Amino acid sequence: MKVAVQEGPFDAGAELDAFSHGRQQVGAVVSFTGIVRDRDGGLVRMEIEHYPGMTEKAIGEIAEAARARWDLADLLVIHRYGALPVGQPIMMVATAAAHRRAAFEAAEYLMDYLKSRAPFWKKEVTQTGAHWVEATPEDEDALSRW
Amino acid sequence: MIEIVYFAWVRERIGLPRERVETTAATVADLVDELRGREERYAAAFADVSALRVALDQELSEFDAPLSGVREVAFFPPMTGG
Repeated sequence: MKVAVQEGPFDAGAELDAFSHGRQQVGAVVSFTGIVRDRDGGLVRMEIEHYPGMTEKAIGEIAEAARARWDLADLLVIHRYGALPVGQPIMMVATAAAHRRAAFEAAEYLMDYLKSRAPFWKKEVTQTGAHWVEATPEDEDALSRW
Repeated sequence: MIEIVYFAWVRERIGLPRERVETTAATVADLVDELRGREERYAAAFADVSALRVALDQELSEFDAPLSGVREVAFFPPMTGG
């Protein structure tokens, strides 16, 4: 299991290759990569703040809960912080399991919990100013299905 | 002494990332009341606690939770990771 909280960029393809490589009992690998998106035009960069210490702890707990719930061979979480330009990867999750259902469900579970239970805060810096991204009721609702 | 840390717009509104305070507050809500009484910037940041989340020693908690034995209290808006 790999959990990385880092400022620098990562290569999602290389991470996925390394994660998938040489596994014997795994029939399914699912991955998700979140990318800085220019929603309304004019986004200069995304700034991500986090709570050092709690971030690693919270992600570790979310990952352990996923491993307890699904029969996973492995999982990967990478999440960046700092100033990220448009088009760059923000974060990535990958799951490996014998069958695809567990891999898909666990990846969605990880994403839903990382979104509203890992201490990250996004700020959009545009040409006209900066504002904190607000959590939506949908983010919270997404947890209720688990 | 208790360490208080602030994140995102709470940090910006209060104007500092962390501070150590001497407090006799029994719960998080009592501590919030103390902070609100200090200065306008605190009153503004804590005007609506339903818009805030709190962590005690890096675990998500509630505003009615006791502070006994707690070393670090963090206040922040709902998280927006992913």
